Amino acid sequence: MKRIDSPMSEADARSLRAGETVFLTGTIITARDKAHLRALKKSSAGEKVDLMDGATVYHCGPIMREGDGFEVIAAGPTTSARMNMLAPRAIRELGVRAIIGKGGMSKETHDALVENGGVYLAATGGAAVTLAEGIKDVTGREWEDLGMAESVWFLKVKDFGPLVVAMDAHGRSLYEEVERRVRENSGI
Amino acid sequence: MIILPESWEDVVVRLLRMSETRLPDDVSWALEAAAAWEGGDIARSQLGAILDNSSKAEFVSRPMCQDTGLPVFFVKGRIPVDIEDSIAAGVRKATKDIPLRPNAVDPLSRENSGDNVGSGVLVHYRPMDVPYTEITVLPKGAGSENMSRLAMLTPSDGEDIIKDFVVRTVLQSGGRPCPPTIVGVGIGGTADACMALAKEALLMPLDSRNPDERLRKMEEDLFIKLNSSGLGPMGLGGDTTVLGVRIKMASCHTASMPVAVNLNCWAARRATARMHIDGSVRYTQGAFE
Ligand code: SF4
Repeated sequence: MKRIDSPMSEADARSLRAGETVFLTGTIITARDKAHLRALKKSSAGEKVDLMDGATVYHCGPIMREGDGFEVIAAGPTTSARMNMLAPRAIRELGVRAIIGKGGMSKETHDALVENGGVYLAATGGAAVTLAEGIKDVTGREWEDLGMAESVWFLKVKDFGPLVVAMDAHGRSLYEEVERRVRENSGI
Repeated sequence: MIILPESWEDVVVRLLRMSETRLPDDVSWALEAAAAWEGGDIARSQLGAILDNSSKAEFVSRPMCQDTGLPVFFVKGRIPVDIEDSIAAGVRKATKDIPLRPNAVDPLSRENSGDNVGSGVLVHYRPMDVPYTEITVLPKGAGSENMSRLAMLTPSDGEDIIKDFVVRTVLQSGGRPCPPTIVGVGIGGTADACMALAKEALLMPLDSRNPDERLRKMEEDLFIKLNSSGLGPMGLGGDTTVLGVRIKMASCHTASMPVAVNLNCWAARRATARMHIDGSVRYTQGAFE
């Protein structure tokens, strides 16, 4: 079992190879469509946005229960492809280092990852309880007005995973390889 | 299980809790079988994570996936006139109590109603002359629902073209619907009825036999074809792309040939309650009888 610190250094991100399985320990943040949009709008307006700088961004809209602080009930990945239009800029302008999601992302996003030394990690879609187990604490929340699923949550994680390195900083993508195989096998 | 007496609102809350926290047996069995025959390392780890997740969710009684879906209801038998209000009340209560993620929004403003009801619950009705009312819930996540497709083929397009459309729809959706998926297929009817058939096909347990021999054969062919594609769990490669294919058919116009595909992710949640006229209620996550 390969353990990696989060946020990760560029060297750490570059050391990961497609096909490897890793577990993260440290801090990750959640961001979906609306959070990406807001961050990029602010950045376009000349405002400095540093919440994604060097961060591991988890495409996730969790279920939280509010009591004494927040308790994570379920937190699996959402479909990353929805962020395809926004992610390349988030990587280049806002400094996103690593992305956790499901289903993979576009070639443009992968190019940005390669350029900046970043990785895309695939979490098991729907494995919300197993993944929530790796989240030890909710340490903060930004943009509460976006609602439970779309807010940016700061999460303290320990051995969060399993995560498969699906797009690495060297340009290798498991999705591309699988797509090619599917085409060969099925003619589609 | 017999519990009495309950209000329809309570029944709906129980159905939602049951479906969200525990996989139907046929789906668990299919996942376990897949994990046993799967050859790839990554694929095995994905199936392992899914199985681990499902047993934990059941154990701690929490939703197995954070996308608790939009609940789709099927009501058949005797239809109480106020059933829709009871269902809506049950959904609101379950959203708070379980809790479920509020998913219902206004399509244009994208404003979230916070209660999973919004402008109204989604219900399919089938009145029948029987001494009971049956309610089934199918909480539907967006990842798989978004991959739905309808094709108005031409009448001369035969079985091969129908199968090709289904295969394309499933494989082109890649990892997005959280494979291994269950493929619901509707053949015939009108455009709207065809998609409803595809959704109803998702209610057929995987271990039940399609009563129509032609459809059973098609289900088998598609199952083999899809699982030899190499797409695999989460689209990361492997031998398990689908857990099952279910097909429902209805007559159509002599000049049309509608085919619909409605996918369900591995988190194929469903539960059914039957209330008899004496007020007793039975529950199942399979089929009655
Ligand atoms: S497709 Fe299904 S398993 Fe995947 S995130 Fe959506 S509801 Fe969960």
